[in-house]
Amino acid sequence: MSVSEALKAVDAGSIGTVPGIVEDSTRRPLRGAAFLRRFGLGALGVLLLAVVWELYKALGPAEGVIVGGVTVLPRTTDLAMPHVVDMVGRLFEPVSSAANALPMWMAVLQASAFSLGVASVGWIAGVIVGLFLALLMQRFLTAEAALFPWIVLSQTVPLIAIAPLVRRWGAQIEIGSFEWEPWMSVALIASYLAFFPISIGALRGLNSPDTNHIELMRSYGVGWWTTLFRLRLPASVPYLLPALRLGAASAVIGTIVAEVSIGLRGGIGRMVVEFAAAAGGDPAKPYAPIFGAVLVGLVAAGFVSLIGVFLRRYRRGEVPA
Amino acid sequence: MTDQTTTPGAGAASGAASDAVSITGVSRVFTGRRGESTVTALDGIDLTVSPGEFVSLIGPSGCGKSTLLRLIADLDQPTAGEIRIFGKTAKKARLDQEYGIAFQQAGLLPWRSVAANIELPLQLHGMAAAGRKARTAELLELVGLGDFGSKYPDQLSGGMQQRVAIARALAESPNLLLMDEPFGALDEMTRERMQNELVRICGETQAAVVFVTHSIPEAVFLSNRVVVMSPRPGRIQGILPVALGSSGQRGEGLREADGFFDAVSEVRELLHGAPAEAGARGVENR
Repeated sequence: MSVSEALKAVDAGSIGTVPGIVEDSTRRPLRGAAFLRRFGLGALGVLLLAVVWELYKALGPAEGVIVGGVTVLPRTTDLAMPHVVDMVGRLFEPVSSAANALPMWMAVLQASAFSLGVASVGWIAGVIVGLFLALLMQRFLTAEAALFPWIVLSQTVPLIAIAPLVRRWGAQIEIGSFEWEPWMSVALIASYLAFFPISIGALRGLNSPDTNHIELMRSYGVGWWTTLFRLRLPASVPYLLPALRLGAASAVIGTIVAEVSIGLRGGIGRMVVEFAAAAGGDPAKPYAPIFGAVLVGLVAAGFVSLIGVFLRRYRRGEVPA
Repeated sequence: MTDQTTTPGAGAASGAASDAVSITGVSRVFTGRRGESTVTALDGIDLTVSPGEFVSLIGPSGCGKSTLLRLIADLDQPTAGEIRIFGKTAKKARLDQEYGIAFQQAGLLPWRSVAANIELPLQLHGMAAAGRKARTAELLELVGLGDFGSKYPDQLSGGMQQRVAIARALAESPNLLLMDEPFGALDEMTRERMQNELVRICGETQAAVVFVTHSIPEAVFLSNRVVVMSPRPGRIQGILPVALGSSGQRGEGLREADGFFDAVSEVRELLHGAPAEAGARGVENR
């Protein structure tokens, strides 16, 4: 498989959404009524999900829907499917019966902030590595041929397999007063997931200018660096933004999964595992960290959208000839 | 135009110094990936363009007219032969910004305003901001877009975008303007208006122009000389001087003049001579 074929395959697969998002991101910024409408639709979607949940809980059989001995729809007992009201209500009760226990929402927020911090470090590292690889591959065709298959291959390694390795290697690092902390292992794994969509998206973006534009730059007698800053980087923005968003989502997922695999305390990942164990006596409890994970994802995506607002100028539609 | 009978080597360089473009024995062969299929895009091209002269290259698709323009612009290198621009090699001329270029697609950068697009070459070559601003205002007036400097390319019509592209090509006051079917994507009415504009602009800037087109009336209307090319391999079929007056005298009335129609017919005859001959050769080869 040639590199260009691989690129297409990757496009069609993991980041097949990029062209659609590119189209979306070139829309004019939303104003007033349009913004409210979009926001309202989003809220409506969440509400709909809650309604479907409650409807099934009310109408579905208590033992779930079983087809040929396989449960295709879950049981509707309070243990398996707590009421939405209970899940939300649980947020305002203390985490545990201990005297000094924090209210649940505060504990979840703390854990979310912790995970978000680790994910941010991972995302930034992923952006740096992803951009660097994209630039390298854009500049040297041999680098593309040499690196691209490995970049694709890197994502087929299961996270669970590398997490303990990263932890063990990290534990051996000690340079002067610098010591490798477990959260760094988590951030490293987050960046390992995040760099992939960024490098692919950035490469596509850097290669997106027309021959026309490239030749114009050539006719000006300017070098690769000037062409990079004046043409390739600005032109890559519509590709880069969705890639950054995908990277942010990957970093969040990577952080939460790696927290579990490495056993790092303080974040959402660990909280999910701990609270799941309590589900027997307190069925609404495991949903609190899930809300936290959603929140972290939303904040991450929102941050990237904010970057997009600042780069609005570079997202104007292509010039119709 | 000027005599090319001087001795080769030293003579070619000194003789060419007075010419805007001097092309001697240029051919361009494209080789397929595995080296088995070769296409001769250009074969034995000799052409000289004087300073301030407007020369059109016309011919059917595949006659190598765009390739020839790209060779002059040093966007591609000839397989054999020599190209000199104001006595310099094509590469040196490109690096010295001896020419401005405009393509069929306006090729404006969508994230830059009209003024910033025109400014681009000036900015890339380190001109101070104040100077850039003055020059951009001047160019916007020249192409009749004085009020559009702060607009963005997607807010302009195709004709306006092409004007911006021409202004950008003229930004550094080049003595040579290379244009590859710049009006090819425009409708007929816009096209004629742009041709009138171009004649005026060339009169004001005194730049030599090499203009690729596949429209006979366009070539005749604009040019001092029309170079008719034939395909497979790309050769110069004939060069027709069009004596329709200096740029100042070329107006809308010219399109109705007898001399205009005569020149159009002559170009057409030259053009149509080519495919018949090529077809006959094709039959013989079988």
